[in-house]
Amino acid sequence: MSLSTLALLAFDPEPAHLVGTGGALGALARHWVYSHLSSERFPVATLLVNVVGSFVFALVAFGGASESALQFVGVGACGAFTTFSTFSVDTVQLWERGDRRLAVVNAVGNLVAALAGVGLAWALVGTV
Amino acid sequence: MSSDRPHPLARLETLALIAIGGFAGANLRFFTLGVVPDVVAITAVNAVGSLLLGLLVYEARITGIVGRRARLVFTTGFLSSLTTYSGFAFQTAIAGDPRALLAIVAANYALGFAGVLAGRALARRLGGERA
Repeated sequence: MSLSTLALLAFDPEPAHLVGTGGALGALARHWVYSHLSSERFPVATLLVNVVGSFVFALVAFGGASESALQFVGVGACGAFTTFSTFSVDTVQLWERGDRRLAVVNAVGNLVAALAGVGLAWALVGTV
Repeated sequence: MSSDRPHPLARLETLALIAIGGFAGANLRFFTLGVVPDVVAITAVNAVGSLLLGLLVYEARITGIVGRRARLVFTTGFLSSLTTYSGFAFQTAIAGDPRALLAIVAANYALGFAGVLAGRALARRLGGERA
């Protein structure tokens, strides 16, 4: 293996490392949001991470980022920052404690706001 | 949770556990994306992740067998990173026609909620067996 090949390898990290490192950072950022923004009444932290994460994911995807950037920021960081499992548990718990209207608002609100975030990203950087 | 301030080093451990879980969860999702079509992969990890998180959350209320550290690695770290809303929202947004869009949303929501309920049922069974 030549020196130039080694140098190339150094600047071409494994996809799994990019996704994993992005995922670790995304999970830490989500934890930071939850520790500063928790509400018993409504799962506002989950809504926030899901909307912001969907917006940034779409920015990277529509913005023509490189494969590596897409893996690190999109699949890794934004993928881990946003969460579907916590959203599902939040919604079921709202429903079972009697706040059925809030459960529906949460389910619809996450979807509409996240799609709006994707739409905004497309409006900002979309080329396709 | 933030009422009693833990030692700074204890917080460092918390962060390390979350980062490790996030690394593994994101990678398992990435691996799944490489094996089956994207829409199937995201729907599958969201369903499985919701089931396991439901199990752990209700298990905490009913029996509390799983310790704090393991819980942190799996819930905030692994499962929350394995499942994703951004990938799901993006796939929904770029779905070709309204029927595909509805199918993606219905599949993720129905399987996600059903997963939590299944996890809750499992946790109750676990609790019932111990009692």
